[in-house]
Amino acid sequence: MTARTILRVGATVAALALAASACGSSDNSGSGGNSGANTASAPGVTADTVTIGSHQPLTGPAAPGYSEIAPAARAYFDYINANGGINGRKIEYKYLDDAYNPTQTVTVTKQLVLQDKVFAMFSGLGTPTHTKVVDFLNSSRVPDLLVSSGCQCWDQPKEHPYTFGYQPDYVVEGKVLGQYVKLNFAGKKVAYFYQDDDFGSDGVKGLDKYIPGADVVSRQKYTPGNTDIAPQVGAIAQAKPDVVVLFTIPAYTALFRLGELKAGISPTMVVSNVGSDPITLSGLLESFAKQAGASVKGNDLIEGIVSDSYLPSLGDASNSWIALFKKVHDTYVPKLPFDGNVLFGMAQAYTFAQALQAAGKNPTRQGIVDALEKGGLTGPGLTPFRFSKDSHAGYTGVQLAVIQKGAGVPQGQPQVTDDGDGAITPITASPVQAPANGIPGS
Amino acid sequence: MAPEPDVIAPGRRVRWSTLRRHLAWTVAGALALYLLTISVDQYRNLQIATIAYTAIAAAGLTVLTGSSGQISLGQGAFMAVGAYTTALLLIHREDWPLGLVLILSVLATAAVGALVGAAAARLRGPYLAGATLAFAVGLPALADYRGLRDQLGGGNGLTVPTKPPPLRLGETFPLERWQAWICGLCLVITLLLLANLQSGRAGRHLRAVRDDEVAASLAGVSVARTQILAFVISAACAGLAGGLLAFVNSLAAPGAFQLTVSFQLLAVVVIGGLGSLAGAVYGSILLVLLPTWSADLAQRLDLSRNIYANLPLAIYGVVLVVVILGFPQGLQGALLRLVRLLRGPLRPPTITGR
Repeated sequence: MTARTILRVGATVAALALAASACGSSDNSGSGGNSGANTASAPGVTADTVTIGSHQPLTGPAAPGYSEIAPAARAYFDYINANGGINGRKIEYKYLDDAYNPTQTVTVTKQLVLQDKVFAMFSGLGTPTHTKVVDFLNSSRVPDLLVSSGCQCWDQPKEHPYTFGYQPDYVVEGKVLGQYVKLNFAGKKVAYFYQDDDFGSDGVKGLDKYIPGADVVSRQKYTPGNTDIAPQVGAIAQAKPDVVVLFTIPAYTALFRLGELKAGISPTMVVSNVGSDPITLSGLLESFAKQAGASVKGNDLIEGIVSDSYLPSLGDASNSWIALFKKVHDTYVPKLPFDGNVLFGMAQAYTFAQALQAAGKNPTRQGIVDALEKGGLTGPGLTPFRFSKDSHAGYTGVQLAVIQKGAGVPQGQPQVTDDGDGAITPITASPVQAPANGIPGS
Repeated sequence: MAPEPDVIAPGRRVRWSTLRRHLAWTVAGALALYLLTISVDQYRNLQIATIAYTAIAAAGLTVLTGSSGQISLGQGAFMAVGAYTTALLLIHREDWPLGLVLILSVLATAAVGALVGAAAARLRGPYLAGATLAFAVGLPALADYRGLRDQLGGGNGLTVPTKPPPLRLGETFPLERWQAWICGLCLVITLLLLANLQSGRAGRHLRAVRDDEVAASLAGVSVARTQILAFVISAACAGLAGGLLAFVNSLAAPGAFQLTVSFQLLAVVVIGGLGSLAGAVYGSILLVLLPTWSADLAQRLDLSRNIYANLPLAIYGVVLVVVILGFPQGLQGALLRLVRLLRGPLRPPTITGR
């Protein structure tokens, strides 16, 4: 080797080392005390801001409907910020697109935690996606709050102490819907159509606790991303069911409904909450039909779908929560339809703000986890939260609803149950009113 | 084995001085990576790890496409084989060391590469591209095949248990730096092996076959065997890259190996300079960093969501067009030209070495 080569290699290394030290970072601010002033008490928290992050399907198969959730949540945070924030801090909500693709979920979540240094993850959406980052978030000790999915897997306080669910889990939903089918369609033929992951299989677990196995004539699954569901629809049509129960995301509820139309069958449809927002469904049906060169009236096709909800009905203008969220919607995101997704995003944002409020003047990551475990959070929900030291599951139950003229009409009392073999019991708790200025804890 | 023809006998083995030069670069590269990883934050370390495994896959492809002249659109599918092998081994054989798992993934992928290579050696030009394209489309879909879904996790993919850094590095040693070390080490070793291969006999065979198959076979080079070898080497690199991807991201899912990955790797190779190992590294740096830069830019400019989501691809496309029009030899070619310009008129090559 010549002296020149050695010199060249050496110079390259030196240059790289220089470049490296130049972009090396030095962070870490002092830890917060309990003095009077607001301090930078945790990563992502400054004297006047709290930065939180999320992965959301802004594009891809789950985007129709769900892509409204994060903008709606941000709108509610903007409303809080415009009215003084929580304990004097503005909430900065940074959500990145993962296209409902688990690999991208990992990438954007690591970016939010490692680069953007968020205080907490909030509302990370999806079962197949969020399961891939739960270990990372918990080993990094980042609070992983109010996951937008009803998988039972968020409720593991021992293994995942920083993860908290939000929705009633799909087993609870499956049990309530299963009981409805059992009571109203005894001895009739039932078919299932569900997503091929924990979302679908948890739902089916709940259904099977009530619907006798002999009544189920067909069980069909789909993988999100593959839009050809003709084989599954064909198999179900052949079994001639009286009822079809769906645990699907909105795009697949719509695809299945169009498939039924083509196959010439019209069983009663019972659809999980996550796949049944009337406004989203009717829009999807019309746009899918248009792509195929047909024209349908969305609202006619979804008339009579049985579903459930854990949030107040959108059509109930006298409800204080609906009035609050409508006001925020009209001011901050008037271009979005005021539908179930917007309601979901805002209600969830309210619960986060409430937890942040409860975590105290200078919140820490452990502090907000403790605040949630302490319980006692109330809000727009129809049933209480299950949050405690031993449970990180969200809402405890749902109320049945039937879609009539493009809106969900509540049926009977909200019903609560567990995800085991516990009974389903109606509750008659009087609903909580929204605070006068719409901000928790004031 | 046919007797070695006289024409290329003088360089039977890698020349000692060449080997020493490669070793010097390897040590320098490892040292530079070490200094880089200890001075940047966790997210930068994660990006270094991502760049490293992308560069490994691209380096394998540049040997196949640049040196042996075979176009492959299936590099992403080979990565999938490596990733699923690593994922399954890490899940079912938790106590096996990572090194062993990665070596097994490389071997498994190389075996698949030999199969594909045997078929590919019969095909030329667009037919070869078409066949590898079909491979890239079909293979990741196997994860969702009825009989394999339970083992491979279907469209959701597999969650891989995280291998924490060894305790003797200290309890607070960041996981991302450990991942950057592993990936960086794999990269410099891969580059060393490939560089030696390219300047040795196998490399000459590859180039001979690329330039003129008839002449090469007249000179005693087995065309088919050489082409299969190229596929095996490139698949082995992809297998290692896939294994590292599974290790760094803690998952193996079909979504990570969509067709775009294979296209992007080919673009990386073209941008960097076809056949150039250094070019594969530059190209990978661009591929990984461009989306983050453009996303930051889009956010700072407060662009609307539709533009925001497509900006990285648009910028990448512009870079690709500019490089192909301006520097047909890729970034490495441009760099060499620049060096030559700075040095002034070309001097006759001197034979050095003591």
